[in-house]
Amino acid sequence: MTPSAPLVGPRRTLARLLRDSRTRIAIVVLLVVALSAVFAPLLAPYDPSAQLDIVRLPSQPPSFAHPLGTDPYSRDVLSRLLYGGRISLAVGLGAVLLAMSFGIAVGAVAGFVGGAVDAVLMRFVDAALSIPRLLVLILVTSLWGSLGLVPLTLLMAGTGWFAVSRLVRAETLALREREFIVAARALGASPLRMLVRHVLPNVAAPALVAATLGIANVILLEAGLSYLGIGVRPPTASWGAIIQDGAERVSDLWWLTLFPGLAILVTVFACNALGDALRDALDPRQLPRGTDPTFAAEA
Amino acid sequence: MTTPLLELENLHTFFYTDAGVARAVDGVSFAVGVGETVGVVGESGCGKSVTALSILRLVRPPGRIEPGSVMRFEGKDLMALDEREMQHVRGNRIAMVFQEPMTALNPVFTIGDQIGEVARVHAGMNKRDALAKAVEMLKLVGIPAPEQRAGEYPHQLSGGMRQRVVIAMALVMNPALVIADEPTTALDVTIQAQILELLADLTRRLGTSVLLITHDLGVVAENCTRVIVMYAGEVVEEASTSDLFARAHHPYTEGLLGAMPRVGGEKDRLATIPGTVPPPTNWPKGCRFRDRCPYAWERCETEHPPLYQIGGGHTSRCHLAEEPERRQHPHPPLAAQRGATAA
Repeated sequence: MTPSAPLVGPRRTLARLLRDSRTRIAIVVLLVVALSAVFAPLLAPYDPSAQLDIVRLPSQPPSFAHPLGTDPYSRDVLSRLLYGGRISLAVGLGAVLLAMSFGIAVGAVAGFVGGAVDAVLMRFVDAALSIPRLLVLILVTSLWGSLGLVPLTLLMAGTGWFAVSRLVRAETLALREREFIVAARALGASPLRMLVRHVLPNVAAPALVAATLGIANVILLEAGLSYLGIGVRPPTASWGAIIQDGAERVSDLWWLTLFPGLAILVTVFACNALGDALRDALDPRQLPRGTDPTFAAEA
Repeated sequence: MTTPLLELENLHTFFYTDAGVARAVDGVSFAVGVGETVGVVGESGCGKSVTALSILRLVRPPGRIEPGSVMRFEGKDLMALDEREMQHVRGNRIAMVFQEPMTALNPVFTIGDQIGEVARVHAGMNKRDALAKAVEMLKLVGIPAPEQRAGEYPHQLSGGMRQRVVIAMALVMNPALVIADEPTTALDVTIQAQILELLADLTRRLGTSVLLITHDLGVVAENCTRVIVMYAGEVVEEASTSDLFARAHHPYTEGLLGAMPRVGGEKDRLATIPGTVPPPTNWPKGCRFRDRCPYAWERCETEHPPLYQIGGGHTSRCHLAEEPERRQHPHPPLAAQRGATAA
């Protein structure tokens, strides 16, 4: 053993994440996407909803004035892409945050309390999971018409927590039988304390991984909904909406599909890569790279 | 025995399974005195671990401590406490040392954090004081460089170190009683002795009573003042350690002693007790050991033996107490005969 104090907790996780160059790239990509969304008002050359010149500028290919071209309504695609990132990321993050909190709470309670509570909650989740998510979204949006940002986020969250709750319940069930939970009880921990201190931290790693992957999923869903014309209310830009604007003439107006498509692809890919890397980095038993497992692994 | 700290009377803990009611602990009574180390011996499935869990009321459904069971601890009736009061007893007045030090520790927290948690739960300490307490406890259980070790995770420690940590956790609140359930079974033999010595030394210094659950009579011989032998959910013999080793009365105890390897003993094969423990859902009517007993006779078929007093606080659940002459005529036990015909 080296005498230097080992890195613990979040700092160690971060150190492990940054060791891998692919993960570093994923983090940089996500940072760029996030920053360009946050600073869209400063970066965008035009108002994303302004129809610049409906007579002379509709459907222009990329040029110096409009690096990513314009759409059929003569709006600047670069500006729309930057602003669209705000919608995609806000919906993705917001929905996943809400879905996670709710899914973890439901799953942990179901798994920890067990019995009738577990049965009722999980049968509900089973039923909910058997309904295709996209159909629910289409149904609701067609009843309400197109949605604002907040209702859309709530809707995504409301239809996105089922799988998480099942995952967390399964983890909790397995943990409940572990001896350290019995040991915690034997040392006088209350049920709430056991749940919060001993079960949830052990569930955190898989939940965080699921969350990262969930963000990618919501971004895709939102793009899909907007593509179907039932996402955020026009003229608000979102990546899916931009593609939709050029959907009828994909072969002519390729820039309307390519650039937002690339934005979606890169973001989703980076999210998934980060999720995978997190899965490895969060395992406290995982050995630092370069350690000889024959000497380090003992139990 | 000194003043009793813990008294069990007629403890029954049953498990309600699909295969029937498993009477895992079936009328167990014994006491542990202040500062005393009592051994509970018996093979797997005899009910010793369930007895330990029952004392802390940690038996989970489908298990249940039956009404009528009495457990007195420090003058309090443990059965009458509500869950909150019971939480105050657990880890504070009665602590438990588990068998498997790897799984008894939470993998995602540092050991300093986990030892400190006991102080935070029971003494309301803040994080910093709890960590200082944890370092102090690590020092007490003989872990070198405790300040540094406190920041490490369970997987970074060896098995022996981990068991020291578990012992440290148990002793944080200076409990009156420590229940150690096979504390050395998962460890290397060389480490076993160290851990037992540590436990004995610390509890002696702190005046803690210990209920040492084990299947190893050697461990009992070295650490315990009194021994309780359990078989099939019952106490079958209780005696002071010296008395038990000198004058084992119950044939089961005799068998256990015979199955112990001895230094300088004859180089015969190690003796074994033929047969297995009957299923707890269906204890036989008379003596539960009779099929494996070399002295069993008709009376053992029909009459369940009570705990006979055989003098000097020595008790035994065997009819031989009333008909000692039968010990002169051993015969192959029923289980061995069955085994022979089967083979």
